[in-house]
This record gives sequence, structure tokens and C-alpha cells, in this order.
Amino acid sequence: MSIETRDLTHVYMSGTPRAIAAVDGISLRIEDGEAVGIVGPTGSGKSTLVQHFNGLLRPTSGHVLVDDTDLWGAGAAGRGRGRRVDLRGVRRKVGLIFQFPEHQLFEETVLADVSFGPRNLGLPAAEIKDRVAEALRIVGLGADGAEGIGRRSPFGLSGGQMRRVAIAGVLAMRPSTLVLDEPTAGLDPRGRAGLLDTLADLHHKLGLTLVVVSHNMEDLAFLVDRVIVLDKGKIVGDGPTREVFSRPDRLRSLGLDAPPVVGLMHALAARGAKVRTDLLYPEEAVAEIMRWLGTRAKGRRGRRPSGGARGKDGAGEGGDGASVHV
Amino acid sequence: MSMFRDITIGQYLSGSSVVHRLDPRTKITIVGVFMVVLFTAASATAYGVLIAFTALAVALAHVPTGMLFRGLRPILFLLLLTFVLQLFLTRGRVLFELGPLVATWEGLRLGVFMVLRLLLLLVVASLLTLTTSPVSLTDGLEAILAPFGVVGVPAHELAMMMTIALRFIPTLMEEADKIMKAQMARGADFETGNPLRRVRSLVPLLVPLFVSAFRRADELATAMESRCYRGGTKRTRLNRLKAGALDALAAAATAVMALVVIGLRWWPFR
Repeated sequence: MSIETRDLTHVYMSGTPRAIAAVDGISLRIEDGEAVGIVGPTGSGKSTLVQHFNGLLRPTSGHVLVDDTDLWGAGAAGRGRGRRVDLRGVRRKVGLIFQFPEHQLFEETVLADVSFGPRNLGLPAAEIKDRVAEALRIVGLGADGAEGIGRRSPFGLSGGQMRRVAIAGVLAMRPSTLVLDEPTAGLDPRGRAGLLDTLADLHHKLGLTLVVVSHNMEDLAFLVDRVIVLDKGKIVGDGPTREVFSRPDRLRSLGLDAPPVVGLMHALAARGAKVRTDLLYPEEAVAEIMRWLGTRAKGRRGRRPSGGARGKDGAGEGGDGASVHV
Repeated sequence: MSMFRDITIGQYLSGSSVVHRLDPRTKITIVGVFMVVLFTAASATAYGVLIAFTALAVALAHVPTGMLFRGLRPILFLLLLTFVLQLFLTRGRVLFELGPLVATWEGLRLGVFMVLRLLLLLVVASLLTLTTSPVSLTDGLEAILAPFGVVGVPAHELAMMMTIALRFIPTLMEEADKIMKAQMARGADFETGNPLRRVRSLVPLLVPLFVSAFRRADELATAMESRCYRGGTKRTRLNRLKAGALDALAAAATAVMALVVIGLRWWPFR
């Protein structure tokens, strides 16, 4: 599904002295099949923005288009006019997973909870059963699926399992776009890695469009191809992940940070090492540092016979290596 | 959700009006006296005095009347029902007939009085919370209840419970809003269908809300214990309540109002 906003503004408590524009004139377009990250300091409007993507919030002004259909007809200016878009249909196609989704669980068993969405769609029982089994399998709870975990109470599960069940509850709607707000917050490392793999699979294997709001830059580096940076309700950056993260100083000025690998490569470069700084993943970094160590060692070996000319050689091949020790 | 936005009961509007500056004990006592007096009122004159007293208090408090009346919206149905029941179920001289139902003059009179009574009750109660911060409200309540400690009334504990309850109203509303949205994202429908369906549709909202309320209560209890909270015995406070000339004036005005209304009830020539 493509999602587009045009000059979207959302004002909380409008008409009171405390009115505040959480989202202030945002225009963006997310194409079908993209994986996009949204970052920004606390209070920058990320959560408010994504709640417009499936029509949970109505814009104060501006437009939201899902698959090129304007959700609110003539926009906020034309309240009540125009034909009404089926918002439940939109919510089925754009699955929104809130922060700490495990707080929304309510049924007596995992199976019943995951089937809440499909039941709301009015599907036949057999279809619901299929979808629930499929959703639980996708989130990695399928092995002991229906008979094991399915009959248990969701409130007796571990935090990571509860979150998986909650996500399965949205996946059972079979959305074509998944919007996630801080999906890995509060998970232990294993839970986090498992969830990231699941999300990556949903995107790469099943072709779901992903929109991920996160403070965790490593998660984003792993999941998304494009990052949108918000500050005070406005877009202050939008580009390929590698490009946005290659400017850690700018992110830091917003109170954010780049992934640790970017920080490492920049620190090495700042001390004179000739390494690439646009790397995001530990594997890339290891390869690059090994390459550079290789060239440095070669430089040393080549220099050794000539003996005393060290100072002059500074600008030569091995010079960068020497300056690291300064 | 607009559902939660209309609730103004329990809200506090900070200000520095005469009413805001009154001692909370004075205000709570006045509201208590007003409620008792309200139920002795039985004539148009008495209601006139009560309305004038309330109007004066509202005017002195500088509270936007729009805000005051928005809080009344949820009970409009109750008011209407009260009026209709009184109108048709009171015996007396016939006003008009509607099929088997007979409206009476006495019913009309009683109906109007009952509606006025409820309205005044609500306005005065909202005025109390609108002009008194939750903290001073509970301080006042605790001070008033303290003498009853000798007969086993846990004044401090009751006041603390009220403070905590008030503190968590906005938090729980926010939580309810979030859960509601999360369920709507799963296709839940809270707005259509017959009453039974709508009540059932609240289950996915209420269960998570209760779970989170219990979780929060548990965390709060732990946090309080870890800071050595020990109930009411021998606690001192930073800001002691102090009643002044203003309180004496308000108390006097209330006493006059109460005497007039009660007097009107037994006044032979009304």
C-alpha cells in the first residue's frame, strides 16, 4: 500500500491556550513495498503522525491518502461532506502496532486473542482458524501453536511472547502494510533479535510495506532502506538509511544518535584512519577495518628497510596508521 | 476519543480568585451545608435564594460557565428522566393527558424542583473541584475527618486514597484512549450496534485497562514502600492549612443562606 500525506497538520487541544501542533505541515509519500524508518526526539510527533496512516486520528488540516484514496474526503475543511471512506477497510490493510502492544491483550486464550481481528472482519470460522495459525507461525509461536501456547492465557506468557502474540493479532488481519511504534522497546536481546528477523522476513519474503518508528538506530539500520527524521512536528531529514546515518553530528544535535558502527568509523576517521564512514553493520565494519589494517601493515613492511625516514613518510601510504597512535 | 473529552468532573482550573483562595476546609464544609440545605428547600423563593447563592459563587470564582455546563452534558438524560417521571407520577390537578399518562400541576412543580436540585448539586460540586487543587482538597478532607480518628475513621488513609485516585484519572484516560485505538486498529467497533453489542464491545477495552491499573497500583505501592511510606501516624506537613478573614466571610454568607432557606420552610406566610 502506498501512504501519502499532504500538508498534514494535527493540533492537540485546539481552541485552548495549550493548543500544540504535534504534526505541523508534513508531506511525505511511502511507496508500496518500501521499508521506512521514522526517527525523532521524544515529542517530535512520530506517534501522532503514524496514527494518521490508518485513520485513527483525523487531521486538523491536510490530507492522508492510502493507495491514492483520500481518507477524509475533502479534507478537514470539508467535514461531513463527500463520500465516506471505509475506515475499517483501511485499518485491515494498514496494520498498526502500538508501543507495548502486549498491553492490549484481553482474551482468555492466545487463540481467542489473535482471532479478535479476523472475527471483527466477519470471516468464516475455518478461515479464522487458518489465519490465526498462520499469524502465530509467522511470529515464531507456531511450533507448539494451536495445542501448546494457543490454549494458554496470554497473561501467563513472558514479555517477549506476549508481544509476539499481540503482533500476531494484527498480522491475522493480513495487512499489506505494517506500521510499528517502537517494536523492540523493553525486549531482551534474544527477543529483540527474533522480532527483527520476523519483521525482516515479513518485508523481504511476504513483501509487506514496513513503517518503523524507533529510537533504536541499530534496529532501523537492520530493517529499513529509508529514514525520515522528524523534529517539532516537521520533517528535517529524509533519505536512504546510509545517507541519513552518515551524518551523526546532525542526529546528535537533535538528541538522537547514529548506530554504534557509524560512531566507531567516524572516530577512527577523526584520528586519521583512512576508512569509509558510511558503514552501518558490524560485519561491514570488520571487513573495512581488516582491509585498512592490511594496508597499514603493508605500508610498515615496505618502509622498514629504509630506516630513518619516518617523519617525512607521514604523508605516505602508512602515514594514517602512525597518526592513530598520537 | 471525544468520549473522554467531555468529562470535566474532578478537573481543576488553577486561578487566584476569591473562591480559589478559600481554605479547602471552608469550601468542603460549605458544599456539605449547601447539600443539606438543598434538600430542605421546598418553595420557589427558597430555590431562588439557592440559585442566587450559587450564581454568586460561580461569578466570584471566575470559572468559564461553558466549562461548568459542559460537565452537565452527561447527566442531561438523567435530568430529563427525573422531570418526566415527576411530571406523570405525581397526583394532583390535571395539567394535560397523554393517552394513559396524566401530567399534573403538582408534578410539573416537583419536576422542576428536582431538576433544579440536581443541577445545583452538580454545579456546586464541580465548582469545588474546579477551584480546589486535588492536593488541597484531600488536605482539607483529611483535616475535617481527623477528629473522627478517635472512633476509628482512617482519615489519612482515606485522603491518600482520594489523592491517588485523582492523580490517576488522566493517566488511565490516556491509557484507555491508547487501548481503544489499538483495538480499533484490529477492527473493533465501539460506536455502532445495539446497546448489548456496545456493552460487549467494551470488554476488549476494560480487561486491558484493569490489568494496567493493577500493574500501576502494584508499582506505586512498591515505590511508596521503598521510600518508607508509613501511613498517617505522626506525619507532619510542609504547608499547614490556615483559615483567614475571607473564610469567616464565606462561612457567614453560607450561614445566612442556610438560615433563610430553612426558615422559609417553616415560615407560615410564604
